[in-house]
Amino acid sequence: MKPSRAAGRLTPAPENFLDAGQIAAVQAGRREFLRGAFLAAAAAIAAPEAEAATQAGDPAILELPEHSRGLGQPVVARGYGLPSQFEKNLQRRESPGLTRVGAASVSFAPLQGLFGIITPSGLHFERHHQGWWDIDPSRHRLMVMGMVRQAKVYTMDDLMRLPAVSRMHFIECGANTAMEWGNVSVPTVQYTHGMLSCCEFTGVKLATLLDDCGFDRRNGRFVLAEGADGSSLTRTLSMERALDDGMVAWAMNGEMLRPENGYPLRLVAPGIQGVSWVKWLRRIEVGDQPWGTKDEVVHYVDLMPDGTLRQYTSIQECKSVITSPSGGQFLLDKGFYNVTGLAWSGRGRVKRVDVSADGGRNWRTARIESPVLPKCLTRFNIDWVWDGGPAILQSRAIDETGYVQPKISQLRAVRGKRSIYHNNAIQSWKVAESGEVSNAQVY
Amino acid sequence: MLRSISRAWVPAFAAMALALAGASAALAGPYPGVGRSATPAEIAAWDIDVRPDFKGLPPGSGSVTQGRKVWDDKCASCHGTFGESNEVFTPLVGGTTAEDLRTGRVKSLVSADVARTTMMKLSSISTLWDYVRRAMPWNAPKSLSTDEVYAAVAYLLNLGDIVADDFVLSDANIAEVQARLPNRNGMTRDHGMWDVRGKPDVANVACMKDCAVEVNVSSIFPESAKGAFGDIAQQNRGVGATRSGRGDKAAPALAVAKASSMDDVASRGGCLACHSIDKRVVGPAFKDVAAKYRGEPGSEAKLVEKVLNGGGGAWGSIPMPPNPALAESDAHALVRWVLGL
Ligand code: HEC
Ligand code: HEC
Repeated sequence: MKPSRAAGRLTPAPENFLDAGQIAAVQAGRREFLRGAFLAAAAAIAAPEAEAATQAGDPAILELPEHSRGLGQPVVARGYGLPSQFEKNLQRRESPGLTRVGAASVSFAPLQGLFGIITPSGLHFERHHQGWWDIDPSRHRLMVMGMVRQAKVYTMDDLMRLPAVSRMHFIECGANTAMEWGNVSVPTVQYTHGMLSCCEFTGVKLATLLDDCGFDRRNGRFVLAEGADGSSLTRTLSMERALDDGMVAWAMNGEMLRPENGYPLRLVAPGIQGVSWVKWLRRIEVGDQPWGTKDEVVHYVDLMPDGTLRQYTSIQECKSVITSPSGGQFLLDKGFYNVTGLAWSGRGRVKRVDVSADGGRNWRTARIESPVLPKCLTRFNIDWVWDGGPAILQSRAIDETGYVQPKISQLRAVRGKRSIYHNNAIQSWKVAESGEVSNAQVY
Repeated sequence: MLRSISRAWVPAFAAMALALAGASAALAGPYPGVGRSATPAEIAAWDIDVRPDFKGLPPGSGSVTQGRKVWDDKCASCHGTFGESNEVFTPLVGGTTAEDLRTGRVKSLVSADVARTTMMKLSSISTLWDYVRRAMPWNAPKSLSTDEVYAAVAYLLNLGDIVADDFVLSDANIAEVQARLPNRNGMTRDHGMWDVRGKPDVANVACMKDCAVEVNVSSIFPESAKGAFGDIAQQNRGVGATRSGRGDKAAPALAVAKASSMDDVASRGGCLACHSIDKRVVGPAFKDVAAKYRGEPGSEAKLVEKVLNGGGGAWGSIPMPPNPALAESDAHALVRWVLGL
């Protein structure tokens, strides 16, 4: 904003939300409306003091607020801190009509309002098949069995004595962006890409536990993970993935896992779709064949145009999305903007992110913020001056294997429009002259 | 095996391991004193998975007739009498033909407008058996006996015209059923998304300048659908580079994750499997229940009785099953809460 020009006491403050009339003005292409509104409001304040204030400057500066003139709250007013009261808009949300019952459903993380690469624990997306539980950790057990020399039981006490590691990784549901295979069907990045989160996890490497039980190195080619909840969800992991970077984690972002994310124990399967990150983990089995579980045979299967179902499509391929500006937002005025977003790859590190403002005709390479870690979200930023004309913003990530994030038309040419899972297409946000940003598909 | 333990410690561990040799198998690994061996009974209690090669399948049997009874008592309230209901989930059966049984490939998977049922996708019968045993009924998982699982699976196979009315499914003949599954040949693992080094199936190139693209907006979020997602303005921060519009008042703000304590009781009591506060699920919306009985004398006692013992007829053809695990005091509290909504 331009406070010097916009000074004056204004109700309602246009710097907050746009009301219906203002939106109409915006949509009619009058994008100078904000300035107009300020001037009109300022003129309407007839009182001499107000006039003086208007000339002298911004009342947010000139009139000392209460917090500068009084005593604030003491320590431990809240034993566990909470976000500011002004941040209530950023919440996990369900997508209407997507699922029918709340205990077998998903809530999406508000990517449009998040910064950096770490997802705050309370905003991590949720996916439950049979509701969530808050399990007493002193009664939780992990069993490792199957093709091992010694089947073992571990308490949380036991696990926390073992050599621990801390790693940052993204988790993405295989069905993230599923609603967009055919058409644009949801308005904001929360609903297009919000089944995505990234945290620092602490736990013990799966390899440590498998070693401890003496797993069969020759024939034990697969690992089953099973949850302790009602669904006792099961998923098969390849032994190679399990030994490489698989983890049994109890902590997330420096504290214990949240119940919705599997407290007190979950599997971390870097690069692999979220359903494999079994929550409330109770059992690990070593075997010589995959298990063909419900979420490997009936769901999380990708339907090809000829009716064939691809099973065991696990890896989340390279993908990116601009989180701001993004669908459902309005640009305040023409001029400078920081375009920012997230990039990730289930096959390793992100190498580069390019951004286009003209629907893919011309691209510029964005700045990548550190850290750039394997199978972890990577934040990108790029300068952009909006000239007030129509624009289509896109980002395109390239990972260290050289794979370039595809266009939706390329994905559809191979997989059709009905495969539900693994849509990693380039996302387009259309910026109208009015400043309104909408979800659009080009290509 | 000792690779993650610092070298200086190794001799101490070695000495300890020697001293403990033969004492307990659990102490003999690379991390002495951590964990213990699992007992056979513990392994049996948790090792419930059944693989496509039938490893893990317990002996037993169940007929289609028995399965119909299990189904009517324990499954139909959510899935419909014939597994056809899509109120809770996509239908379990339907969409397969006699021709599919022969070829082992479900033809209707090719067409765009067919709801994909469980039976259409199922390539291994073990998957269905394993899942019903571990997870169904949804609100009382792992409560079925082994024979009831066989029976329920037999009934679903019968609904799918895969086995006859007089069929008895057992561990001895389940492999024959496998050989008849309509989509037994309909899957593939030939793709690059299992192996981290697998070959991708699309190859984009990173063109940078004057790229040949037709910039046509082929699809855009429809104005008419905006209201369905609640007030988008309330889903963005009030400061920053962008704002969002507040205009369209179409729908009330979406219910965001909220957990009042009674919600919690209702959730733990299993009520929310079938009810929600403001929409019909399997049972009526709790708000509708409140509206219907508001001010009616004796309604609380009547509803408590119904919640505990089940019953139907007030809201449609689906009855509410009994909720025997619920404490009477909780039933009172829940009904009072529902009526106050
Ligand atoms: C309280 C409601 C309810 C009851 C009762 C119930 N189910 Fe379910 N069932 C569900 C829900 C919800 C799902 C989906 C779970 C998920 O999303 O993971 C489901 C999923 C299933 C599936 C898997 C479908 C698929 O394609 O993934 C099968 C098979 C099934 N149920 C069988 C049964 C059987 C057999 C019974 C009775 C023994 C039963 N159900 C009782 C609610 C119920
Ligand atoms: C398996 C599904 C299911 C579960 C679980 C369930 N209900 Fe119901 N409920 C129903 C159905 C179906 C009806 C409608 C019955 C009818 O038409 O009379 C109903 C009706 C009701 C009614 C209105 C009854 C009337 O006569 O108008 C109340 C109150 C109610 N349920 C409360 C609960 C509470 C509290 C719980 C948890 C303890 C619960 N229900 C669990 C399915 C369920």
